[in-house]
Amino acid sequence: MTKTINLTLKVWRQKGSKDKGRFDTYHAENISTDMSFLEMLDVVNDQLTIDGKEPIAFDHDCREGICGMCGCVVNGRAHGAEKGTTLCQLHMRHFNNGDTIAIEPFRAMAFKVIKDLAVDRSALDKIIQAGGYVSVNTGGAQDANAILVPQEVADLAMDAAQCIGCGACVASCPNASAMLFTSAKVSQLALLPQGKPEAAKRALNMVRTMDELGFGNCTNETECEAECPKEISITNIARLNREYLKAGFFSRSM
Amino acid sequence: MSQLAQRQAFATFKTHYGVAHPQPVQKGNTMALDAKIPGGPIAEKWDRHRFELKLVNPANKRKFTVIVVGTGLAGGSASATLAELGYNVKTFCIQDSPRRAHSIAAQGGINAAKNYPNDGDSIWRLFYDTVKGGDFRAREANVYRLAQVSNDIIDQCVAQGIPFARDYGGLLDNRSFGGAQVSRTFYARGQTGQQLLLGAYSALMRQVAAGKVQMFPRREMLDVVLVDGHAKGIVVRNMINGQMERHAADAVVLCTGGYGNVFFLSTNAMASNVTAAFRAYKKGAFFANPCFTQIHPTCIPVHGTFQSKLTLMSESLRNDGRVWVPKKPGDTRKPDQIPESERDYYLENKYPSFGNLVPRDVASRNAKEQCDMGKGVGETGQAVYLDFADAISRDGRDVIAKKYGNLFQMYEKITADDPYETPMMIYPAIHYTMGGLWVDYNLMSTVPGLFVLGEANFSDHGANRLGASALMQGLADGYFVLPYTIGGYLAGTAKANVTTGHKAFEESEKQVTGRIDRLMSINGKRTVDDFHKTLGRIMWEYCGMARNNEGLAMARGMIQELRAEFWENVRVPGTAADFNQSLERAGRVADFLEFGELMIIDALARQESCGGHFNEKFETEEHEALRDDDNFCHAAAWEHTGDGQEPEFHKEPLVFENVKLTQRSYK
Repeated sequence: MTKTINLTLKVWRQKGSKDKGRFDTYHAENISTDMSFLEMLDVVNDQLTIDGKEPIAFDHDCREGICGMCGCVVNGRAHGAEKGTTLCQLHMRHFNNGDTIAIEPFRAMAFKVIKDLAVDRSALDKIIQAGGYVSVNTGGAQDANAILVPQEVADLAMDAAQCIGCGACVASCPNASAMLFTSAKVSQLALLPQGKPEAAKRALNMVRTMDELGFGNCTNETECEAECPKEISITNIARLNREYLKAGFFSRSM
Repeated sequence: MSQLAQRQAFATFKTHYGVAHPQPVQKGNTMALDAKIPGGPIAEKWDRHRFELKLVNPANKRKFTVIVVGTGLAGGSASATLAELGYNVKTFCIQDSPRRAHSIAAQGGINAAKNYPNDGDSIWRLFYDTVKGGDFRAREANVYRLAQVSNDIIDQCVAQGIPFARDYGGLLDNRSFGGAQVSRTFYARGQTGQQLLLGAYSALMRQVAAGKVQMFPRREMLDVVLVDGHAKGIVVRNMINGQMERHAADAVVLCTGGYGNVFFLSTNAMASNVTAAFRAYKKGAFFANPCFTQIHPTCIPVHGTFQSKLTLMSESLRNDGRVWVPKKPGDTRKPDQIPESERDYYLENKYPSFGNLVPRDVASRNAKEQCDMGKGVGETGQAVYLDFADAISRDGRDVIAKKYGNLFQMYEKITADDPYETPMMIYPAIHYTMGGLWVDYNLMSTVPGLFVLGEANFSDHGANRLGASALMQGLADGYFVLPYTIGGYLAGTAKANVTTGHKAFEESEKQVTGRIDRLMSINGKRTVDDFHKTLGRIMWEYCGMARNNEGLAMARGMIQELRAEFWENVRVPGTAADFNQSLERAGRVADFLEFGELMIIDALARQESCGGHFNEKFETEEHEALRDDDNFCHAAAWEHTGDGQEPEFHKEPLVFENVKLTQRSYK
């Protein structure tokens, strides 16, 4: 049943990437437990606006857990403590009256803070640019059913393809590694016949680009898997490592 | 609002605004618009047109720059394909990455006429179903082309590595979807839009890496720049630092989505807006059929005033879920306490051949009708049940979980109810907008050089879109239509080589900056969202699922009043030269406040019911939409004539040579 709760928020405020940030305290009152976390922030922002203060900047868009635009660290956990949940799908019924909630941006060397809770995650696009595709131009593709994909392979590829590119894996990794993100795309395409011709090149280039962009290395902390809102498995990282090793041995481009 | 309350409100309104009778606006030039539909039999038009279109020599393509605004399915696919052809492409999006546009949220699937299940599908049947589903207000030639290229889309997407669902032998799986009696929908679990968008995004990223696409994320288009009447560039606001940026090109392609957020609560993403399309309208692009909005029948019901958006549950749920309400109005028993004999499976009873799979407009209106009769369920009475108990006992929980697991999980997250145990509650919500900028067969608007793709244009879905057709249209436009037709324009037009120093850019930037300064200087008492919510309530109440002339006329006055207040009393905090999300929203809401009125003008002018536009005055005895083909078998295209002026009406008569105009029946 719907009830309302009062909360104390400790929110990271930072004017821009070059400014030093700080935590500010806000009170969120009469918050309905049916609200999503972002709707709770909307309410706080409305009040800040009326009070002549600057609202808290945070990224969000679809508010149904699929676009990957939202995400903050809530009480030390990327997207909050609920498993398999993006911040926009985290509902206030998971909090108690009187709770204090700390809200911070996703932090990583490769993610610069733009303002408050909004960060620049364009480095993830750069990793995809390094090979996260099948090189086919539009037109001239053969009939779709000419490529047979066993159901279990399609399912595994789909499991990996569900990544929403939110960056929670990076934010929760002690090394700020983007291995789960990178491995999800490498896996999807390495599993499918369409992606095989470029598999070696893809694994090498995407990992190299990830390193160049300032993401850390994987040391099997598995925090990424625990925090991933789409529950992408770290078996994808194992698959990436196999692809990478294979590529290292056999690739002509090394 | 009840009929009586509405009459009373209208009486108050009359005294307030001094309007005696709502007058549909239909004045001025009714010269027919030329859609440039190629001649010949419908099945040969596209081939013939492709042959007749002028080509740009491969070596010359690199001399042309094309601007693409928006990176959903249409914008992403168009950007990638144009770059592959050799054009220089500058692509803009409002999000932080081109992977996030709201196409990503489409769940159910994408249609194609492959006929893999051998159940009688064909290009002709897909064409026929789409024209009929659109209640005969779409352009036949465009729809036929859409059905033709639908198969190429599936081939392309599979080649890109999109993990569509497969059957045990490794072939592609299909399912059926609302409004069709064949299984022609390809899907990737409940995330088809995401997978298709990531496919287009990957292709786009490949072209960024190749240096053929320059990507500009976190930019909002605020104006189209015209030089000698042709679209030659855009002015955008850099959303990180608030700076204005000018970009020149040889053509501009808008793929900026629909305007469902005029209702505030919709299934659209928060940033979805009409601004780009509306700015183009103000620069001379006609806006067609703005009153054609789609209400999706299976959304999670509204549950509070703080709510920021509505969430759709894929229509595919209707394949296995049964829609019902208690037979007795006011029955407040829990669903499991209502025996079978006291349940009304109203869709199955009323439409025996389509049952729960009737098109969206029909399903939505019927849900409203049941709730209006007092048979609605849940705390608000504004919901109906979608029950999976029979499907679970027939197929087992595992099979249902495999098909809909992620949807059930999403439902439970939002509502805290478990749909495996208790029926889902659903209610219709604004989901898609069929109206959009008017385009000809080449997808070019009335502004030469300005092309409009995907949901932002008007052409293919008529007055109601069928399920799994939006993804098909976005990708058809971007992968397979625009790349040809834009060549025809570029090859047939003298190259202008406009630079951003041109005075047209200067004027445009000045006007855009002036508007932002004005928004920042009001410093009133109400927040942007507060105005947006008020507008949304007006639109939903009077221009939503059912409309009538009195309500529409009253809403028009209310919007004018609200708009006047907005420009005096809105509060936009912060500064313009900064990351300022309130300012972004203020600009969008300012446009919605004008655009909402245009929707109402269009709704009043269309004195018939068709598809998603349901005027209570025009219904059959069975409460279905009653068209008036003698007077309204046309697309209504509105021309901006100046701020505060009545827009001018233009007509594109719709000719049905291949599908006979009939009263839609899904019985």
